[in-house]
Amino acid sequence: MRTRDPEQLRAIARELRVSILRTIHQAKSGHTGSSLSCIDLLTCLYFAEMRHYPFQSDWPGRDRFVLSKGHAAPALYAVLHRWGYITSHDLARLRQLESITQGHPDSRRCPGVEASTGSLGQGLSVGHGMALALRGQAQRVYVLLGDGELQEGQIWEAAMSAAHFRSAGLCAIVDANRLQIDGAVAKIMNVEPIAAKFIAFGWKALEIDGHDIEQILGALDQSRANTETPTVIVARTIKGKGVSLFEDKVEWHGRAPNAAELALALGELGEPPAVTEP
Amino acid sequence: MTRTTRRVLSTREAYGRTLVRLGELSRDVVVLDADLSSSTQTALFAERFPDRFFNMGVSEQDMICTAAGLSLTGKIVFASSFAIFITGRCWEQIRNSVALPGCNVNLVATHGGLTVGKDGASHQALEDIAVMRAIPTMTVIVPADAVETRKAVEAAAWYDGPVYIRLTRENLPVIDCDERPFRIGVGWEVRPGHDVTIFGIGLMLHAAIEAAELLAAENISARVVNLSTVKPIDEHIIVRCAVETGAAVTAEEHNVCGGLGDAVGEVLLRRHPIPLERVAVRDAFGRSGDPKELLQYFDLTPQAVAAAAKQAIARAKR
Repeated sequence: MRTRDPEQLRAIARELRVSILRTIHQAKSGHTGSSLSCIDLLTCLYFAEMRHYPFQSDWPGRDRFVLSKGHAAPALYAVLHRWGYITSHDLARLRQLESITQGHPDSRRCPGVEASTGSLGQGLSVGHGMALALRGQAQRVYVLLGDGELQEGQIWEAAMSAAHFRSAGLCAIVDANRLQIDGAVAKIMNVEPIAAKFIAFGWKALEIDGHDIEQILGALDQSRANTETPTVIVARTIKGKGVSLFEDKVEWHGRAPNAAELALALGELGEPPAVTEP
Repeated sequence: MTRTTRRVLSTREAYGRTLVRLGELSRDVVVLDADLSSSTQTALFAERFPDRFFNMGVSEQDMICTAAGLSLTGKIVFASSFAIFITGRCWEQIRNSVALPGCNVNLVATHGGLTVGKDGASHQALEDIAVMRAIPTMTVIVPADAVETRKAVEAAAWYDGPVYIRLTRENLPVIDCDERPFRIGVGWEVRPGHDVTIFGIGLMLHAAIEAAELLAAENISARVVNLSTVKPIDEHIIVRCAVETGAAVTAEEHNVCGGLGDAVGEVLLRRHPIPLERVAVRDAFGRSGDPKELLQYFDLTPQAVAAAAKQAIARAKR
């Protein structure tokens, strides 16, 4: 299932988009836009880049992934499901009482989830703590941040300390989809220029199109090759990417598609319009 | 039996020395501080194990979540700063990144309570016990001397789950004897008595012992109990004391809302209601002053504890 073939990765990302939309529709709740904007990044991480072992989710030699923008949990669950960390039943129970697929990732409940996240601004520090613990070892730590999340001051505390401790094992990826709950990030509280800020803190920064598989793989290669400083990949993305109905629309930040919207979306993704799963 | 010794020691120094011992025992022990390592005494560990010490600078929130990440990767983590900064500024980081995922992070806060002194209200943590107690699964320990501090820190290192240990800046006489085993969640009788029980923690346990001596001069027999683990609280000893003495007092260097007094009160109300008087700061901010002056000013004295005891006894007789 692991591959570096862009065609195969694109096919996987398409399947995962379908999985995300079905799951959120069934739960009648969840963050559609944020999950779709980061799924190409997650696909490259989990299917091309990271070493991990679904049959022993706590294998010490694994790379770590922290979903700091925890509201994109359906994207992470889709990936974990395709790898076999969790079952279809778990997916179907998204956001239900006592499910392992809680509304935001819970590391105590869900195998493959490395850190409980959801409260924005904390994941980069947690990931950096992991990187410090893994110093001198081969394992790497990846943290996915949102661009709105960069408004949290703690992000910059972590940016400072990761550079100070020269934590080259840490790679932050910003899913810069330009929208937050109340509107455009630039309008609510501008965080640009993102790359320049991280560079000023002492990081290596790369800017890519976050939906271009080749560019994502190339950036991850560069991050791995950088043994001097932590790396940030500023991935320019489109919220709701893949379905015209959701793309770049702020109202789809935290909304679930109804049956008609799902059918339309699945059609665009080239999927038969089955609404419910067994 | 009251005091086994009159040695006066620093709980902070006991903390630093214990960290060094733990560092010798396990390579997994790591320590973080936020630019206060000489005050919190984590500097002792930093000197000995520089590779396992991380000074995070004046960024407590980053420190707490970094501690969580280290813990999630198998380290035994201690993170320190002043009580007000750990529990106030980082409450939500502690709740969501440390306690929710069940991290074994030990938060050892120094300079708790009023007796930080001249720095004044901004630096005096009088709410820390209440806010830490409100976090599910959090263990809260307030040691009363250097020996108990050492034991509590050792216990926390091997304990499964997040622990908050609150130390004071003041040096304290040693009450705990080295032979007494320390168990998280277990209180112990420091001094026997049958008319009233005084439950004390931290610095105020010492005031409780002095209050018992004052009361003894008036032929009132006061039992003194150290409830150093405020959460999970020792319900068994509280109920036993309630049954046997019929009146109780709590004494703490903390705001009256949500601290030891409330923790004991909850148990009594549910299991064996008796008159309870709470000696604590009466819902106020602190202010600058010498530690002794401040304790006088806020009525956290042996005399105040003794008066509260007499009041509780009088209510019990009504």
